[in-house]
Amino acid sequence: MNAINGLRRNDQPIYLDYQATTPMDPRVLDAMMPYFTTKFGNPHSRSHSYGWEAEEAVEKSRAQIGKLIGADEKEVIFTSGATESNNLAIKGVAHFYKERKNHIVTLVTEHKCVLDTCRHLEQEGFEVTYLPVQQNGLVDLERLREAITDKTVLVSIMAVNNEIGVIQPLKEIGALCREKKVFFHTDAAQAVGKIPLDVEEMNIDLMSISGHKIYGPKGIGALYVRRKPRIRLVALIDGGGQERGFRSGTLPTPLCVGLGEACEIAMKEMGAEAARLQTLRDRFLNSIQAKLPDIYVNGDLAQRIPGNLNISFAYVEGESLMMGIKSLSVSSGSACTSASLEPSYVLRALGVEEELAHTSLRIGFGRFTTEQEVDTAAEDIARHVSRLRQMSPLWEMVQEGVDLKSIQWAAH
Amino acid sequence: MTDSVYLDHNATTPMRPQAIAAMAEVMSAVGNASSVHVFGRAARAQLDRARASVAALVGAQTADVVFSGGGTEANNAVLQGAHRRRVIVSAIEHDSVRLASSDAETVPVTPDGVIDLEALSRMLAASGEPALVCVMLANNETGVIQPVAEVARIAHAAQALVHCDAVQAAGRIAIDMAALDVDYLTVSAHKLGGPQGVGAVVLRPAMPVAASQRGGGQERGRRAGTENVAGIAGFGVAAKIAVEDLPTAAALAALRDKMEHDLAQVAPDAHIFGGRTSRLPNTSCVAMPGVAATTQLMALDLAGIAVSAGSACSSGKVKPSHVLAAMGANEIETASALRISLGWTTAADHVGRFVGAWSDLYRRLSPASRPATVAA
Repeated sequence: MNAINGLRRNDQPIYLDYQATTPMDPRVLDAMMPYFTTKFGNPHSRSHSYGWEAEEAVEKSRAQIGKLIGADEKEVIFTSGATESNNLAIKGVAHFYKERKNHIVTLVTEHKCVLDTCRHLEQEGFEVTYLPVQQNGLVDLERLREAITDKTVLVSIMAVNNEIGVIQPLKEIGALCREKKVFFHTDAAQAVGKIPLDVEEMNIDLMSISGHKIYGPKGIGALYVRRKPRIRLVALIDGGGQERGFRSGTLPTPLCVGLGEACEIAMKEMGAEAARLQTLRDRFLNSIQAKLPDIYVNGDLAQRIPGNLNISFAYVEGESLMMGIKSLSVSSGSACTSASLEPSYVLRALGVEEELAHTSLRIGFGRFTTEQEVDTAAEDIARHVSRLRQMSPLWEMVQEGVDLKSIQWAAH
Repeated sequence: MTDSVYLDHNATTPMRPQAIAAMAEVMSAVGNASSVHVFGRAARAQLDRARASVAALVGAQTADVVFSGGGTEANNAVLQGAHRRRVIVSAIEHDSVRLASSDAETVPVTPDGVIDLEALSRMLAASGEPALVCVMLANNETGVIQPVAEVARIAHAAQALVHCDAVQAAGRIAIDMAALDVDYLTVSAHKLGGPQGVGAVVLRPAMPVAASQRGGGQERGRRAGTENVAGIAGFGVAAKIAVEDLPTAAALAALRDKMEHDLAQVAPDAHIFGGRTSRLPNTSCVAMPGVAATTQLMALDLAGIAVSAGSACSSGKVKPSHVLAAMGANEIETASALRISLGWTTAADHVGRFVGAWSDLYRRLSPASRPATVAA
């Protein structure tokens, strides 16, 4: 075990978990700070300038968010985060239109908060179709078309998957939903600011947005709700009637400002940043593929955000790998379920065998990732995988030419 | 706005600098509290520390604090979790309680703004159906403190559960959840020097609560969503300071009482809502009969003084206060009432400037201050 100690760094580990959360961009923090200190008003106070000043900041932020996704500022509702946005969009639509329609279509690979919300609605009597995905993680549009019935009120399909980073064909899904006169909700927590999104071009009716996945603060998100034609929702939170009655509660001005600023920065820098991340990711993947045999990239590599990789390292337990590499902060899947040792349901949905799914790491690159970090990470991972494989009886058998036919590795 | 005077602490309180510093530190770091790596564990430690401070704020156990996205969400979570129960709310509850249940029954209050306990007893006795009784600890418009322990005794005798909205009380008066004997208590960070966008539901030990948001199972499955680590850390620090600062409440009350005394000297017809009963040390709700609240607000704003005509949430619409109406105030009083709320940044001369500006206004505009003959 001394080998591990030798690799330990005294400083912070390298952060490669950008799909769990992102560090705040210092520019975002700078924009927020005045609203913690001197400009502290309640944005709903109408009787003094403290309130007006806060309200103005909130409205500016609303416009910044709208601009990034091609929406009007009036169509943006602030929430406490993407989980609330997803809950509000799905339950809100289901409850409002329940007299006429009672069916929802979603994917088996959606984020837990979408799946959990749908299961909850099933308990209330709604019907939900959980569509499988193709081996590359993408929805089969023909199956989607077949799943939509005249009872379908909503299709909820994420823009970008949080574990494997694949980008769903939003424009095609939107066109299909429009044709079938079904509302289209997309959980875009992992997509906003990473890839161009346009609610008009993509026919998106509802879109969930997260602050902390785009270098903004935690505790803030937004829901885009189309006004033309108007989408109606039953609110989850009642009270003072803020956010046009869709979501009561005092808006956290500094957090709203942070989300707006994060969107503005993303708007300006998305193109260059995507190109840079693509280069870093290719560099990482080339390096690790050169060093290690028997590794598999999960999910489509082309239809994917540049900042994500999800790799199975055959014959090596993902958890032991993660625990072994103290110099890196990566994850074996979604942060929400990090504590559980269940294999990822997303990978299982791609047809990845349970054993192989257990050997997977999610590696996320982002705005502050450097070339040097990527090189170090590739080296560290390769070294640890080789070491762990040396200790693996399976690996030994394979090296001795034993055919492990009983294990059907999925091809990628 | 360094020259202006902020007396609207019940709408939102300026953040404590220590809470800002704590948040800035967290926001400069990275970490999802559910991640198992070192960054995630550091975030988790922040949550644990804050949870202990918020528990101490209300005299609860750490494990019984469930963080939320604010007071409104917290109140909604409690009421929606009780959807199979009969819901009974006091007539002066905040909209986030009053409107969170579509068929809530209302308990009246006395002219002093205190819940009518006999009426509550009668309502509970009228039906054996399991109930949830919601009574706030202190009212946001008048500051009147409610006899919550009594409410709990009566409600529990009738097998009802009790929810106490302590959003305005927390950090302003000492709270001991065990002594209040309530089942659910809700608090908000930005009313006590913490950030906007954070609150909590505090539970009686082992009390179940339905998940308000479904998803990743955070907050032990009681509230999904990546935790607002920085906001929660700021809440924790603010809660701790608020508790340490509770001994200064007497001085704040003295300032408020002097203000009310001075106003009464100038305007014998001024009415202090709830003035004869026990109130928060920082809140005053004063009517200048015959002068519309909006007129007063405009004049005070020009003088650089920020107060309000009641709750901040009413989204611009000037509607009569349901709180003052429940106290039996007539329309003239209700339409001329201002809420003045003090806080940790309030100095004696702030209150003095308010009294001066208010008095000038009274002398200029109040019908009572002008002899009838001047009307020509």
